[in-house]
Amino acid sequence: MARAAIQRRLNWSIGEVVEFVDESPRVRSLVITSPGWVGHLPGQHIDIRLTAEDGYQAQRSYSIATPEEDDLLTITVELIEDGEVSPYLIEALQVGDQIEIRGPIGGYFVWHEALGGPVQLIGGGSGVVPLMAMLRARVRTGSDVPFRFLSSARSHEDLLFQNELNGIVSRDGVIVTHTLTRSHPEGWSGPARRVDKAMLEEYAWPPDHRPLAYVCGPTGFVESVATSLVEIGHEPDRIRTERFGPSGR
Amino acid sequence: MSDDRHLDGNAVGGLLLEIFGHEMTAELGCCGHCGAVNPIAAVYVYLEAPGVVVRCPACATVLLVITELESSYRVSFEELSWIQHTKS
Amino acid sequence: MAIINRGFRRKREVGAPPDRVPPGQYVTADFPVLSAGPTPRIGWDEWRFTITDKKGTGKSWSWAEFRDMSSEQVTVDIHCVTKWSKLDTVWEGVSVDTLLTYIDDPGTHLLVRSYGGYTTNLPTNDVTGGKAWVAFGYDGEAISPEHGGPARLLVPHLYFWKSAKWVNGFDFSDHDRRGFWESYGYHEYGDPWLEQRYSGD
Repeated sequence: MARAAIQRRLNWSIGEVVEFVDESPRVRSLVITSPGWVGHLPGQHIDIRLTAEDGYQAQRSYSIATPEEDDLLTITVELIEDGEVSPYLIEALQVGDQIEIRGPIGGYFVWHEALGGPVQLIGGGSGVVPLMAMLRARVRTGSDVPFRFLSSARSHEDLLFQNELNGIVSRDGVIVTHTLTRSHPEGWSGPARRVDKAMLEEYAWPPDHRPLAYVCGPTGFVESVATSLVEIGHEPDRIRTERFGPSGR
Repeated sequence: MSDDRHLDGNAVGGLLLEIFGHEMTAELGCCGHCGAVNPIAAVYVYLEAPGVVVRCPACATVLLVITELESSYRVSFEELSWIQHTKS
Repeated sequence: MAIINRGFRRKREVGAPPDRVPPGQYVTADFPVLSAGPTPRIGWDEWRFTITDKKGTGKSWSWAEFRDMSSEQVTVDIHCVTKWSKLDTVWEGVSVDTLLTYIDDPGTHLLVRSYGGYTTNLPTNDVTGGKAWVAFGYDGEAISPEHGGPARLLVPHLYFWKSAKWVNGFDFSDHDRRGFWESYGYHEYGDPWLEQRYSGD
């Protein structure tokens, strides 16, 4: 059984788009069904391969935004200006279209209940996507592992999953903080600057709680946040990172 | 290293899964130059190149280079001195 | 087994006369940045360029000395082994022929060394006769660090991995020693018109 599962993960298989969900002006989720999907852990990603009529191929990786659910998986794609793949996924694909996918991939940047907590999620831009899979898994299983979530976005319209997060805050006792780095609406009561040590000290689990931290986003963001966490006393071994490139990964 | 042009081992998880037939990102690797031990997920990966260059996150020494040739992938071992797999 | 994704195409490909596009290449309007490691940041005050000949004698230049040498502007097409080509790129640099007047015996081959550890190898004949420059300007401005500044080698008739960024020196000898990409399976010579991408091609 394990061998069949490995084979299924190694090979390219077909995913069919069954639904689109607009998350923000530049971000769209694709709900994909893949018959025979072997399941996945929160934090894992898939590779997508597109093939042009002349045979040209491009591959990209996208984090799975949702916890395991039969043959379904959702990826959340940010439109990259002048990108090659994201404009196609967001603007050209239609419901019913098929794409090649491979996975799930990832053995380190994953969370499951056995890893315990408390858990600190810190995401920059679309780096919140794999963190949402972790948070959604925790909510769905009714786990009582304490979670805190800090996200950084450029402006209010770029914040993702707002309604859902508000619901999680009120029902599940998860502390959610958003910081806006370029502009914020009048009356904004949250932080309005890049994540720094003072913000981590104010909103993240304190070091003596020994949280398991997951930091995801562009390379510069991840390294700045990880460095800040260590500088305020968090253990490097309890910080897991995933860097996204400018083209989504 | 103040440089934003790298990703990390997560970005080559699919490639390593294809080459080794096994999830590699959680394996620990040791840099033969400075001795730093990190999960493969945490090593620095330069993808914008004629090949994939994998470097130690502590000292930037080249650990591995993966090149895609006509009909194969070649993994060249430089300063990756060992990898370690946790028993399941 | 690959399915075709209707409407998907390579981004920003531009048309070009076929006789200027080597086999397997496409022409881009971009200037992609490829790097094998962190971008070296070398100040002009610390920059040095050193060439040594077969006998170990040589010549070294500081930035001021290097910029004092006569230079020229050239317009060339460049071809990267990752399949993009860029036409009519304008560079300013010192011809390698000028640099070679300072050593006696350039042997048959050279190993090019760069800040950051990158290397590449070439036959001496391929950097002489007006075929190569140590360039400091691109498109009318100083070459940016991500594109190889303060100075990079420019050898446009071969795949662009031979045009080493952040160039620091040449070691001439009578042996052909493989450089970085050549050690990992890429072709020793790299003629784009013969599509010599991998060793054995």
